[in-house]
Amino acid sequence: MTPVRARILLVALVAALTISAVASGEERYRPPELGPDYVAPRVDWPAGRAAWQQWADLAALAAALLAASYLALRARSRAMLTALMLLSLAYFGFWRGGCVCPIGAIQDVAAALADPARAIPLAVLATFLLPVAFALATGRTFCAAVCPLGAVQDLLAVRPVRVPRWLEHALGLLAYAYLGAAVLLAALGAAYLICQYDPFVALFRLAPWGAWARGGDAAGRVDLLLLPAALIAVGLFVARPYCRFLCPLGAIFRLLGPLSWRHVTITPGECIRCRLCENACPFGAIEPPTGDRPGDLRRDRRRLGAALALLPALAVLGALGGWAVRNELSRAHPSVRLAERVRLEETGQAQGTTDASDAFYQTRRPRADLYAEASTLRARFAVGGAILGAFLGLVVGAKLVSLSLRPSRSGYEPHRGRCLSCGRCFAFCPVERKRRGLPPKPPPGKNGTPDA
Amino acid sequence: MTPANQEKLTRRAVLRGGLCGAAALSLGSLTAALARRARAAGSVWQIDPDKCVRCGNCATYCVLQPSAVKCVHSFDLCGRCRICFGYFDPKAGQYDSGAENQLCPTGAIARGRIEKEFYDYRIDERLCIGCGKCVQGCTTFGNGSLYLQIRHDRCVQCNQCAIAAACPAGAISRVPADRPYLLKTRDRP
Ligand code: SF4
Ligand code: SF4
Ligand code: SF4
Ligand code: SF4
Repeated sequence: MTPVRARILLVALVAALTISAVASGEERYRPPELGPDYVAPRVDWPAGRAAWQQWADLAALAAALLAASYLALRARSRAMLTALMLLSLAYFGFWRGGCVCPIGAIQDVAAALADPARAIPLAVLATFLLPVAFALATGRTFCAAVCPLGAVQDLLAVRPVRVPRWLEHALGLLAYAYLGAAVLLAALGAAYLICQYDPFVALFRLAPWGAWARGGDAAGRVDLLLLPAALIAVGLFVARPYCRFLCPLGAIFRLLGPLSWRHVTITPGECIRCRLCENACPFGAIEPPTGDRPGDLRRDRRRLGAALALLPALAVLGALGGWAVRNELSRAHPSVRLAERVRLEETGQAQGTTDASDAFYQTRRPRADLYAEASTLRARFAVGGAILGAFLGLVVGAKLVSLSLRPSRSGYEPHRGRCLSCGRCFAFCPVERKRRGLPPKPPPGKNGTPDA
Repeated sequence: MTPANQEKLTRRAVLRGGLCGAAALSLGSLTAALARRARAAGSVWQIDPDKCVRCGNCATYCVLQPSAVKCVHSFDLCGRCRICFGYFDPKAGQYDSGAENQLCPTGAIARGRIEKEFYDYRIDERLCIGCGKCVQGCTTFGNGSLYLQIRHDRCVQCNQCAIAAACPAGAISRVPADRPYLLKTRDRP
């Protein structure tokens, strides 16, 4: 043993003895009285963003939503919508770094609803409510020109392909599962799924803009770009894949969309059924007129009846399924995982400790306490899992019902749930072109990319 | 458009209007339910130094690189030890500021003699990566005057702090924005 090591060991020993002597464990070495000339170095405690800044963000959100609704429904200008979208991308994405966003705020609202003791910052609540209220009033104008995640994908949809109807419907269900899981995990305090798997937030924080926006030297981590890269690769060919198939807020919008008070229309006047806009939408949101559909009313009625009858069955089945996986679900909660680990260590089934179990032992909290917490949580997850399952069953059932409905449309219309109010289809409509004094026929373009 | 069709359309419109109203109403009641609990003041993420076990996740899990977590020094707690457990590597050959003798992987701690046997240890935040090695040494063997805090000039205030999700001790939580640090000082209750 080197003399240095021996000395360290000795000091450590003294230290250990002091620990047992001093109950608090701190001040093993009494801070010395230093000479009158000595001034302790100053430690800065920089404040975070000022409170007014969060109100400025909210004002920006409200203004952007108003502008987007006006541009989509009144001005009907794709160019202006694009400009607004770029502005929003710059402000909410790159400048603000992406947090807190209305998509993630779903979780804060769910957590606050589930736990009455939990306060929710007003700004976060408003961040969620504003876009939802706007969706109810004017459709998904938030998606058109405010959401920075949507903007990234919108810009990168260079060669959109047509997704077959059945696939569009099937993939669309994913978002409801994501929404349900995220709400459940947030409500039970397990995790913030949406934030953990946010597809583009890492991009917004990258150097140089991320560092520049904050005037610091810290930039976003490059290794977090895997998810954005994958989604961008898909998004080159499937326009806005996150928005259509995953976004939990998009799922809420799709539920509310059909109820919206006003909505974007393809044509500013009466649809003349020229079929020119039929392929205009890169998101497959344009529904053809139903007028001359060959209809076997009896068969359709029977189908609707069957779908309606299936609805409760699916809900019950879903609830049972959710309940069956309650234990797996409950492991999403760190306390449940910790309790399982500690139990294994207690019974000798696991050797050694983990950081988490070390931290737990350090708190001197009784094991029984942790086990009790875990079993309360498991019980909650059993109920929550059943509710989640029932919700998913209902979603699937409602999809079947909606597919067997016989809507009546006299002309081409955007689907109120799936349409993102982007305005791409406007320029395909000859009625619109006449209004704007353009030649009647759009040049043959790819999906969603006419000349104007 | 046939009259039957027209009638259906208006029925549809009425139905939609009703449902839209109902949805607006439920949105309103959701707002009312939550607004009573909503606070105007925001909150920020912070580390509770008493819970932290210096696992090292703070350096690696932050969405920023280098991390928004830095070591801070509570000078009124510090014993000004000549042999600082936060500064020197336990395998140090000599007690001088040679890089090989320092615990800090980035050499972010500056050591300066004050008087007699007493030394000051100052953190250079531009170099600190928040790995907590020094904190571990100081907490285990010293006065625990070195500790980790999320620095709010850097933190982007993720809706969910990525480190909080990975912290084995559950040491990171939201605190009121007007008192954004959990300080360690000598006269803390
Ligand atoms: S669907 Fe979601 S991600 Fe896409 S634009 Fe709308 S809110 Fe944003
Ligand atoms: S505005 Fe037109 S192109 Fe854009 S999403 Fe709606 S239907 Fe599709
Ligand atoms: S992750 Fe938690 S325990 Fe680990 S160093 Fe950070 S605050 Fe401490
Ligand atoms: S909130 Fe985000 S930036 Fe701040 S410490 Fe946590 S992960 Fe880092």
